[in-house]
Amino acid sequence: MPAEPPPARRAAARAAGLLLAVAVLLLVCVASIAIGAKSIPLDGVWHGLFHSAGTGDDVIVADVRLPRTVLGLLVGCALGLAGAVMQALTRNPLAEPGLLGVNAGAAAAVVSAISFLGVTSLTGYVWFAFLGAAVVSVLVYALGGSRGATPVRLALAGTAMTAALFGYVNAVQLLDSAALDRLRFWTVGSLASADMATVGKVWPFIAAGVLLTLVIARPLNALEMGDETARALGASPARTRVLAMVAITLLCGAATAACGPIVFIGLMVPHLVRSLTGPDMRWVLPYAAVLSPVLLLGSDVVGRIVARPSELQVGIVTALIGGPVFIQLVRRKRMAQL
Amino acid sequence: MRVDRRAVLVTAALLVAVLAAGVVLIGSGDYPMSPGDVLATLTGSGTPAQEFIVNDLRLPRALVGLLVGVALGIGGAVFQSVTRNALGSPDVIGFGQGASVGALCVIVLLHGGPAAVAGGAIVGGLATGAGVYLLAWRRGVHGYRLVLVGIGVAAVLTAVNQYLVTKANLVDATRAVLWMTGSLDGRDWAQFGPLLAVCAVLVPLILAYGRPLRLLEMGDDAAHALGVRVESTRIVLMASAVLLVAAATAAAGPIAFVALSAPQLARRLTRSPGPNLGAAAVMGALLTLVADWIATSAFGERQLPVGVVTGVLGGCYLLWLLVTERKAGRI
Repeated sequence: MPAEPPPARRAAARAAGLLLAVAVLLLVCVASIAIGAKSIPLDGVWHGLFHSAGTGDDVIVADVRLPRTVLGLLVGCALGLAGAVMQALTRNPLAEPGLLGVNAGAAAAVVSAISFLGVTSLTGYVWFAFLGAAVVSVLVYALGGSRGATPVRLALAGTAMTAALFGYVNAVQLLDSAALDRLRFWTVGSLASADMATVGKVWPFIAAGVLLTLVIARPLNALEMGDETARALGASPARTRVLAMVAITLLCGAATAACGPIVFIGLMVPHLVRSLTGPDMRWVLPYAAVLSPVLLLGSDVVGRIVARPSELQVGIVTALIGGPVFIQLVRRKRMAQL
Repeated sequence: MRVDRRAVLVTAALLVAVLAAGVVLIGSGDYPMSPGDVLATLTGSGTPAQEFIVNDLRLPRALVGLLVGVALGIGGAVFQSVTRNALGSPDVIGFGQGASVGALCVIVLLHGGPAAVAGGAIVGGLATGAGVYLLAWRRGVHGYRLVLVGIGVAAVLTAVNQYLVTKANLVDATRAVLWMTGSLDGRDWAQFGPLLAVCAVLVPLILAYGRPLRLLEMGDDAAHALGVRVESTRIVLMASAVLLVAAATAAAGPIAFVALSAPQLARRLTRSPGPNLGAAAVMGALLTLVADWIATSAFGERQLPVGVVTGVLGGCYLLWLLVTERKAGRI
């Protein structure tokens, strides 16, 4: 084991790292506003953001790219935090809202709302997405997450749940071809149809979820050491778990309602972050909150570049990047002994 | 070799159930027929209208379903035995998604006909099987690494499929979604012939390897000591199983979870350990036919593809399997 630097210096290094991550996030945000089917030079971006005079570029910046970037920030943050909390809660390196079927639960509920109840507004989607996300998180946690579960169990419980739910989503799409036309874009996971109205509707939920995860950072740390120790440290395991589930539901439900199911963000970022900060959730969570949108917005920009003049939906890009990362995790020696 | 009486009885009972399910399936539809009418028509004494409906429309569809079920059931049994893992089935390791990528490329990019789609599915499925096997390889592929690698590969391939669906026009997209779900709708004698040929060659071959496969389940060393040529046996069996599953997928799309659940259900019924190849094959046929009957008759006028039913039921079954396996401490 390498010599640990003294705590004060370590904290300073972590804080500096976090600042650096914020700087990277700002750069990615600028790139997300500037790059697209029509690229906009940096002074144009500045003009559109702060001195908009209604020129073509200004409109693109203010009405298209800015909402898309803000939504990507919110959703990325939500998914990364949800993944980090899930991995801590289940003590399971493969836990992730997309893999565990939580997004599929939200998707199934939204699809039902669209097809059977005629819900057309995003406000309506959000509540159904919460319902689906909540039910599935509890189910998957009960099936595979609680005490003594292996990563395989959890991943399989999620796979089974996803299969059953997307089977259902498919059925609805096939019975209702109007729904298929609307849903085939939504079920992929995309930021393309973002607007400020969407942002306005989902941000309160995501903000609530973010606050909640930061509140439970310390109890989650205590929980890592086992229920007995956690109680001795003054953290209630039961209350922590319930709050964590509420946070996951808020974050995943809002993110999925806003832009469809997006996988692997919540898997990759917490792993990367832990290798930078160690397991302390008080650092893992802020880092994940900053770096997850970097990955999501970065994937979105890549999706716009590689398929020009059309674009690759961000959910597809994250799956294409995340799948290999997942396989690499699985092939590691520690995991190989499962 | 000792013949397990219970296994034989169970297989025979399942066979009867398959035939009954087939008759009921043929009898149901927009023009309902009683089982008696169906049997009469099949034996050549129906009215011309009944003859047309049964012989040209519903019989080939039921037979394709039956063969698809047999291929998936026995293919799944081989996968599970060779990986020594109840979950090492083609569904879990991304085979269906790989076949879908192949088929969708043909549908969306080349606008190809049914034969080309089937070819694309076979190529995609085989490439995926090989890819997952290679990625999971680390001095052998046993244990759960194969399953987890399969889940990862499946996620990537699902993304590719989704991309192809969004790229398509609405007609192609509908066709693609329908194909990806797995459907027996409109299957006729043109699909039956090739599938029968594949099954006629490979099913007996796999059955003939039943004893070495059973020994292989006891571990490579034990099997080797008992005179089994381990590597060549495994390669022959896996290649046959992959081809069977690919042929079934080419004929009907990826019908989810039959390959996973049929061998497990067969094993529970026969209560004998090891690969119950015959029972698994018949169970696969039964599951497929019953699921197709549910899909076509349980939703009123609306008809669903069979893969939707097996997907939903199979997902629930997999969850149940996880619960029981945990109670038994096997996972």
